[in-house]
Amino acid sequence: MKYVEEFRDPSKAHALLAAIARAADAIGASAENPIRIMEICGGHTHAIFRYGLDKLVHEGVEFIHGPGCPVCVLPMTRVDEAVEIARRPGVIFTSFGDAMRVPGSKGSLLQAKAGGADVRTVYSPLDALELARRNPDKEVVFFGLGFETTTPSTALTIQVAAREQIPNFTIFCNHITVPPPIKALLDDPYMQLDGFVGPGHVSMVIGIHPYDFIARDYGKPLVVAGFEPLDLLQSVLMVLEQIRTGRAEIENQYARVVPEHGNPVSIAAMADVYEERPSFEWRGLGEIDASGLRIRDKYLAYDAETKFGIGYAASTGRTPVPEPEGCACGKVMTGRMKPTACPQFGRGCTPDTPLGALMVSSEGACAAYWTYGGARLAAE
Amino acid sequence: MCLGIPGQITAITDAARQMGLADVSGVKREVSLACVADRPLEDLVGEWVLIHVGFAMAVIDADEAARTLEALRALGEAQEALDQMAEGDRALAGGQA
Ligand code: SF4
Repeated sequence: MKYVEEFRDPSKAHALLAAIARAADAIGASAENPIRIMEICGGHTHAIFRYGLDKLVHEGVEFIHGPGCPVCVLPMTRVDEAVEIARRPGVIFTSFGDAMRVPGSKGSLLQAKAGGADVRTVYSPLDALELARRNPDKEVVFFGLGFETTTPSTALTIQVAAREQIPNFTIFCNHITVPPPIKALLDDPYMQLDGFVGPGHVSMVIGIHPYDFIARDYGKPLVVAGFEPLDLLQSVLMVLEQIRTGRAEIENQYARVVPEHGNPVSIAAMADVYEERPSFEWRGLGEIDASGLRIRDKYLAYDAETKFGIGYAASTGRTPVPEPEGCACGKVMTGRMKPTACPQFGRGCTPDTPLGALMVSSEGACAAYWTYGGARLAAE
Repeated sequence: MCLGIPGQITAITDAARQMGLADVSGVKREVSLACVADRPLEDLVGEWVLIHVGFAMAVIDADEAARTLEALRALGEAQEALDQMAEGDRALAGGQA
């Protein structure tokens, strides 16, 4: 247990691990017949690897890494569309740093920039809006992506742009929502999940009730968790205790940050600016019903797809680009394959030369495997 | 980008726009206070908030801020957020970051 001493409170960690072991034993979980718990959020995936939690917990508990890294689920087609916009004359294309290296079929945004496109990394959509104010002769486009943690930020930015009537600012909207892919995974007959560790900061925005269907309709427990290793262990224990006592509930381990009903200003801004798309494409998961957001008609002046006639607004329709040859991102994303089982892992695909998006972001399962010991595994 | 980073509000910079200055691990950054403006803005000065891509999303206590920062540091995500703030500043300065 070499990592436990790094915890803020090692004795607490030991106690939690012992309690997890007792609960797992009581359920009859074993390495052959494990309890499979999916952590939805990429931040949790990262923390699990950083602290080796998957190795520390009872062998009857298996972590399945969920689709909760927005950069990782961005399909190639959308990256291609972003690159297409960025290459238009007079465009300043702005993006969070995470999305810059995601490979599309014709390269990444970073490569588009090397090829002469004006692509800039910004920290906040407000920075992009400021660029638009300062460059009235340019079209500033912001690559809006992320789950409900970042969706309010672009919604609020569009509201500001509309209030100030800034004409040269649009958002290329790729926002997605957490509950629909969970439903898609639960509906998948090949997925066997026993419970979930729910995202902390997404839940801070939306509250805990959007997950109610998981307990009510599917009979699975979900515990919203914080990011400290102790939070994660505590949450795993709470999931196991629900299973042991035959309950399926939505519980909140992270109540010190996550209010039951979320953040009202954010929820109102999202509802004002965005509406559900009939469906949206996810890398590795395909089109999922009502899983993506688009800009409502009243703010259409701020929609890059409409302004540039690209993507879901293209008159010619969209042709999804297939994943690269030999890439197992889809299987890894749905928990069917461990990253190390991908034939490209550590060969064609490393963090420096990512083939799939799961290798790009520190929250992607493949990058996490690589950073915390995967390089060694690949060499074996 | 998915994990918020704690910062302490040090001043209100533009009350009409609900903007304030936050100290994020020693880096000063203007953030939107719209999502935490359930109280008079001045009352936010001195408070710790969780900041996502330039927006304060929740008021947290000092102990929670310290613990979150420690967890983010361990993951390397605190540095990532600070780097991205610096990159954003460069983009605004006109140069291509
Ligand atoms: S190793 Fe690379 S190609 Fe294989 S699943 Fe991971 S990201 Fe995709």
